[in-house]
Amino acid sequence: MDLLLWGVLPYVVLVLLVAGAIWRGRYDRYGISTHSSQLHESRMLRIGSPLFHFGMAFVVVGHVVGLLIPQSWTDAVGVDDHTYHLLAVSTGAVAGVAAVAGIGILVYRRLKVPAVRRAGLRSDRLMYGVLIGAMLLGLTATILNSAGATGDYDYREGISVWFRSLFAFRPDYALMADTPLAFQLHILFGFALITLIPYSRLIHMFTAPVRYLFRPYVVYRRRDPRRQAQRPLRRGWERVR
Amino acid sequence: MRVMAQMAMVMNLDKCIGCHTCSVTCKQVWTNRQGTEYVWFNNVETLPGQGYPRRWEDQERWKGGWERTRSGRLRLKAGGRAKRLSTIFANPDLPALDDYYEPWTYDYKSLTEAPAGDDLPVARPYSQTSGEPMDTVTWGPNWDDNLGGAPENAPKDPLVQKVGERIRFEFEQSFMFYLPRVCEHCLNPACVSACPSGAMYKRAEDGIVLVDQDRCRGWRMCVSSCPYKKVYFNHATGKAEKCTFCFPRLELGMPTVCAETCVGRMRYLGVMLYDADRVAEAAAVEDEHDLYPAQLEAFLDPRDPAVAAAARASGITEEWLDAARRSPVFDLIRTYQVALPLHPEYRTLPMVWYVPPLSPVVDAVAATGHDGEDAGKLFGAIDTLRIPVEYLAELLTAGDTYAVEAVLRRMAAMRVHMRARNLGEAPDPGIAAAVRLTGDELEEMFRLLAVAKYEDRYVIPSAARADAEALLGEDAACPVGEKPGKPTLLNLSPTRRRSA
Ligand code: HEM
Ligand code: SF4
Ligand code: SF4
Repeated sequence: MDLLLWGVLPYVVLVLLVAGAIWRGRYDRYGISTHSSQLHESRMLRIGSPLFHFGMAFVVVGHVVGLLIPQSWTDAVGVDDHTYHLLAVSTGAVAGVAAVAGIGILVYRRLKVPAVRRAGLRSDRLMYGVLIGAMLLGLTATILNSAGATGDYDYREGISVWFRSLFAFRPDYALMADTPLAFQLHILFGFALITLIPYSRLIHMFTAPVRYLFRPYVVYRRRDPRRQAQRPLRRGWERVR
Repeated sequence: MRVMAQMAMVMNLDKCIGCHTCSVTCKQVWTNRQGTEYVWFNNVETLPGQGYPRRWEDQERWKGGWERTRSGRLRLKAGGRAKRLSTIFANPDLPALDDYYEPWTYDYKSLTEAPAGDDLPVARPYSQTSGEPMDTVTWGPNWDDNLGGAPENAPKDPLVQKVGERIRFEFEQSFMFYLPRVCEHCLNPACVSACPSGAMYKRAEDGIVLVDQDRCRGWRMCVSSCPYKKVYFNHATGKAEKCTFCFPRLELGMPTVCAETCVGRMRYLGVMLYDADRVAEAAAVEDEHDLYPAQLEAFLDPRDPAVAAAARASGITEEWLDAARRSPVFDLIRTYQVALPLHPEYRTLPMVWYVPPLSPVVDAVAATGHDGEDAGKLFGAIDTLRIPVEYLAELLTAGDTYAVEAVLRRMAAMRVHMRARNLGEAPDPGIAAAVRLTGDELEEMFRLLAVAKYEDRYVIPSAARADAEALLGEDAACPVGEKPGKPTLLNLSPTRRRSA
C-alpha cells in the first residue's frame, strides 16, 4: 500500500500531468483559457482573485523551498531550525490565509451570482472541491504540526526527503509510512490537484504570459495559404445547429 | 522607407441614414452565437449620445489607447507592461456587461403554449447570461437611438461634457448625426500591444487586426486597452473576439458585409500604403492637434514612382499597387482631404476614417429660412455654428476646429458647385479656388461621394490570386481550367474602378 501510494502514484500523477498538458497543447489549444468571468461580476472578483493568486504564488514558492532545499543547506548558511520554522510558518500562514480567503470569495461569488454560476465549466465543481480540500488540509496539517499535535514530526526530515528521492527514481516510500495523517491526506489531495491541472481551467497557469515582458508591442504575422489549406478540424466555435 | 499596405475604410457620415442594416447583417454573419449575444462588431451610434459601450470615449475611466510620456515615448494608458501584468488577476479597467447591456430574449413558449383563457399571455424577458427573468429592461442596443431620452442620456456623452453644456437637447434645437463604428484596424493597435499572450496580431499583407482563437488565453487586457472598445470578450468560450474586416470576403475581392449591405452607400474600401518606419513617430507627436497631419504624412502616394519601387521591394504585388492607385479611400483621405480619423488623440493611428457631416450646418441654415445651398450662407454658418463644429472636432481632430472647418468648407463648396451645374449655370470658379480645389476636382469628388457607384466605392485587391499562385505555382494549370497551360483562377472579377 505504501509502495503504491508513495512509490507509484507520484509517477502516475506526473505522467497524467505531462500527457494531459501535451494533449491540450497539441489538440485543444482553443480550450485553454482562464474563462474569465469578470464581465459578469467585477466587485468581488477584484478582491478575491488577486488575494487568491498572490497568496497562491507565495504558497507555491513556500512549497518549493520547503520541499526542495535540504535541511543541511539551511544549516550550512546558519539558519537554525527554530528560525526556519518561525519564518516558514509566519509567511506561510499569511499567504495561506490570503489564498483561502481569496478562494472563499471566489467560490461564494461563483455560487451566488447567477451569471457567474452559469458561466462555470463542467470541470469546475471537481476542481474547486479538490483545490479547497488541498488548501484546508494543508492549513490543518501546519496548524496541528505547529501546535505539537503530531509529536515532534519534522516534515523536512520526512516528506521533503521522500519528495527529493522521487527525482532520483528511488522513492523512499517507507519514510512516508509514519507521516501524520493530515500531511498524507494533504499530499493525496495535492496529487489530485496536480492531475487535474491539464484537464481543467487550471491549465491557464502553464500559459502565464512571461514572454510579454520581452516582445515588441505590435505583433505582425503573415498569412500562409499553405497552412490554411490544411488546417485540421479541431474544437472551435460551436457548429451552427 | 518601409512600405506596408493596409485595407482601410472611409465612411461618409452625411449619407448614413441610421438604419442599422450594417449592424444587423454583421451580427447575423459574425456574432449570432452563444457568448456573443451582446457583441456588435459593427454598431451605429446616435451623436450626441453615450455610445456603445456607454461612455466608451471616457479614457480617464477605461484607460484605452496610448499616452505620451514626458520623455516623448508612447506608453499604454493603462500603464507599462509590468504594471498591467500585476493587475492581470482582475482588470481594473474592464467594462462590465452592464456598460454594454445585458442581453435578453423572451420566453416565447409561453405565448404558444398558454392554455386557453381570458388573459392575454405575455412573454417575459429573460437574461441570456444569468437565465433569470428580468423585471424591467433598462438598457439595450441603441437605447438612445435618434436622441431618444436625450435630455437624460445625451448630457452624459463625454464629448458633450468637453464641449460644454451649451448643446441644447430640445427638439429642433439640437443637431444629430449617426456614427457607424467598426474596429479601426489601427496602424499602432493598442489591443495587440496589450495582449499578454501574443494572440492578437496585425496581418503584414493587409493590416487587418485579428485574434488567434487558438492562442488567446482570456487575459482580457485587449478589451480595456482598445480605446474604441472594439474587442469583445466571448463569455462562453473565454476568448476575445473582434471585427475581422470580413477578411474571408476581402481575400476574394468582395467588400465587408457592413459595406456591401450599407443602404446609404456611404462606405468606401480601398488600399492605403504607408511608411512603417514613420508609424511610431507619427503616433508620438507632442501636440494632439498634429496627430491627424502626422498620420496623413505617414501615408505614401502610390503614384509616386519611388514609392512604387519601394513597395515592390517590400513584396507588394502589382495587383495591390494598382488597387492602391485607384483607391477611393486614398482619394478621400489624401487627394481631397475630406476624411478625418476618429479620435486621433488615442494615438493608435486608426484606419477607418470619416467624412464629417455637413448636414447639421445645412439644416441650421435651412431652419433660419435661408437657402441651404448658398455659398455665402453655408460658409458663414460653418464659421458661426460653433457647437456642431467643436463637437465634430472633439470627435475627429482631437479638438482642432481648423481642420474640421476646412473639410466642411470643401463639402459646402462641392454642394454649391454642383447646384450650379445642375441648374445649367456656370459655377463660380472662385468657390472651388476658395477651398484650394479645381472645379473638375469638385466634380470628381461629387462622383465619388454622391453618385458613389459600387465599383467606385470598393477597390479590393484579392489575396486569392497570390495564394493560388503560391499553391499552384506560377504556371500550374488549374484542373478545371479550359485553356491548358493557362491557370484559370477563381471566378474573380477584376477590380472595377476606372483607373484614376
Ligand atoms: C501564474 C500565473 C497565473 C495567472 C496569470 C492567472 C490568471 C488568472 C486569471 C486572469 C483568471 C481569471 C479571473 C477572472 O477574470 O475571472 C484566473 C482565474 C483562476 N485561477 Fe489563475 N492565474 C495564474 C495561476 C494560477 C494558479 C497557480 C492557480 C491555482 C493553483 C490558479 C487558479 C485559478 C482559479 C481557481 C481561477 C478561477 C477563479 C474564479 O473565477 O472563481 N491560477 N487566473
Ligand atoms: S480599434 Fe481595432 S485595431 Fe484599434 S485598438 Fe481597437 S481593436 Fe485594436
Ligand atoms: S447600413 Fe449604412 S446607412 Fe444604414 S446605418 Fe449602416 S452605415 Fe448607416
